[in-house]
Amino acid sequence: MLNTVVCIKQVPDTTQVRIDPETNTLVREGIPAIINPFDMPAIAAAVQLKETHGGTCTALCMGPPQAVEALQKALSFGVDRAILLSDRALIGSDTLATSAALAAAVRGLAEEQRVDLVLCGKQTIDGDTAQVGPGIATRLGFSQITYVGNIESVDVEARRLRCRRLLEGAEEVVDAPLPALLTILKEAGEPRYASLPAVIKGLRTEIPVWGTADTGLDPSEVGLPGSPTQVRRIFAPPQRERGEMLTADDGNPDRAADLLLDRLLADGVFEE
Amino acid sequence: MSERGEKFEVIVVGAGPAGLSCAHLLAKEGVNVAVVERGDFPGSKNVMGGVLYTQPTAEIFPEFWKEAPLERHIVETQAWVLTERAAFKAAHRHEDFDQEPYNAFSVFRARFDKWMASKVREAGALIIPETVVESAIMEDGKVVGVHTGRPDGDLYADVVVAADGVNSLLAQKAGLREEIPPSEAALGVKEVIALPRESIEDRFNLTGDQGATIELYCDASWGMVGTAWIYTNRDSLSIGVGTLVSQLVERGIQPNDMLEHFKSHPMVAPLLEGGETREYLAHLIPEGGLHGMPKLSAHGMLVVGDAAMLVNSMHREGSNLAMTSGKLAAEAILRASQWGEFSAESLAYYDQLLRDTYIYKDLYKYRNMGRFFETHPEFFTLYPDFLNEAAREMLTVDGLPKRNKQRKIFWDAMRRRTPWRMAIDFFKAWRSIA
Repeated sequence: MLNTVVCIKQVPDTTQVRIDPETNTLVREGIPAIINPFDMPAIAAAVQLKETHGGTCTALCMGPPQAVEALQKALSFGVDRAILLSDRALIGSDTLATSAALAAAVRGLAEEQRVDLVLCGKQTIDGDTAQVGPGIATRLGFSQITYVGNIESVDVEARRLRCRRLLEGAEEVVDAPLPALLTILKEAGEPRYASLPAVIKGLRTEIPVWGTADTGLDPSEVGLPGSPTQVRRIFAPPQRERGEMLTADDGNPDRAADLLLDRLLADGVFEE
Repeated sequence: MSERGEKFEVIVVGAGPAGLSCAHLLAKEGVNVAVVERGDFPGSKNVMGGVLYTQPTAEIFPEFWKEAPLERHIVETQAWVLTERAAFKAAHRHEDFDQEPYNAFSVFRARFDKWMASKVREAGALIIPETVVESAIMEDGKVVGVHTGRPDGDLYADVVVAADGVNSLLAQKAGLREEIPPSEAALGVKEVIALPRESIEDRFNLTGDQGATIELYCDASWGMVGTAWIYTNRDSLSIGVGTLVSQLVERGIQPNDMLEHFKSHPMVAPLLEGGETREYLAHLIPEGGLHGMPKLSAHGMLVVGDAAMLVNSMHREGSNLAMTSGKLAAEAILRASQWGEFSAESLAYYDQLLRDTYIYKDLYKYRNMGRFFETHPEFFTLYPDFLNEAAREMLTVDGLPKRNKQRKIFWDAMRRRTPWRMAIDFFKAWRSIA
């Protein structure tokens, strides 16, 4: 029996998001919300572990009330249970506060039933930090294995697992004791296309909502008070101006070098 | 497949205005309804010009304007007849349109339909997104459910409502209609152009949440059978052009070029000046009118909205016909379920209800209009030119006496079209819309 928690996030479909050039904020109006695409292989891996080893698989999501849609979808992919972590006190949480909140929720789940594995996507597409997964592992004192392309084996009896990490230009096979937190790469696969009965079951499931009180979180640990970092501004980088080509009329490189020097002197890059 | 799929009382296919209206009224009466939608969420696939009428909407969602996501209430309606370098404009504004319950609103369909869907869910219907209905399940010539594209994807119901839009594969596969011919479909291309609120209010003479609409004809659709429109949203304009697909094909014009032609018209460009295109959308509009209307009911099935070709192209109305047809379908289903009888005869009550409403009466009134204009291109090229040239002549002060000007206008026109031909044209035109 292997009990897994998979952490997912609902994000705006960034393929459709634009940045308002005047206010420098994301235009989220009318943009569909999706499960963070990097979380999909984590869901697939969690469901597969359950099918191989038995046990349970719980999806955990922190977000506004409408994030239940992401959890309903996770249920349709074969997750057994879903918990939404949602509380006004959580608004404005940075990665530090978010990992505190999710770690507290995992502890809450562990009170009911042993948690052997926590799976996360490698990062989200809206924040791109890849900090939350490692943050949860550190807070829980779990083994931490990032960029996992394949979970090679899990020995439930010996409480150990072996993962293959995919690095730039190398692969690394890592053994670690359970409990562990893994961040999963897309190489781990996608969830199966959900059957209609599974979709309907997901839509009909009442998803419990946990607040800070349910997880024993101190409100000062989360939200704005618990967040040492804040996003000041989001903007599309300005278009780089095209470089200027200086060529001498006669094609002579010495002449071109003179032209360049004149230009640099004229622009005040060098002093004469 | 292990077991037979779940059975609902009613399955509505398509979460557009027609399907959601039908599902809402049924769910409120305690009927077990499922709405199956192929898009990511209800509204995600829906496109319309952008005007929603209050009365038909309020029949399904009373006082919706108090909470639904709306843009502006329409106080002024304009009609412009364009030639290449001129515009003949007519406008109507009324203070009544500036008061609750308001006559019409500009809306974004994607946002509004999402709101409608939330109401339908609250009423107790199950909305299943991201699921494509491929065909109806038929048993002994009766529709008893739908096959979806998902594994174990069959669902059963007493009645299936085909609200799956202009191409309605469902109604086609159930043998109720054919594929839509190019002469009975218009292609609408639309852009949402972002502009600051103040610019919109200045350019259209509006204050607060007041809105205006302009319908533009003739050169607006490059002389093809069609119309163009400009509607004001809160901080954007919805603009677009719709023309018959057959005409685009005949003239070899790309839909996007048609929209660009419209946007660059000297009377239109200043209204859009400085705006930034936020969205580009295109959609087919059923223009078959009464002649194109399919069979609307069969054993276990009803067809509503665009799927039933319920669009009044003369008056840019489609969504309201869709909602009203959804409502009538719900009434017919409620009556049928009282009797426990979902036969073609029982459900034909829907056809009967439809015939008694404005939908059928308006489509009957304009039944020959589409064909008439398609065969009389002069109404999109020659006559608008006469109109604008006449206006220019009368308004130009150049020392010529007005009586001479009138003669000049008359004889210029006569050279291009004989009085006899003109009389016939206008008589026929009148007959086609009277």
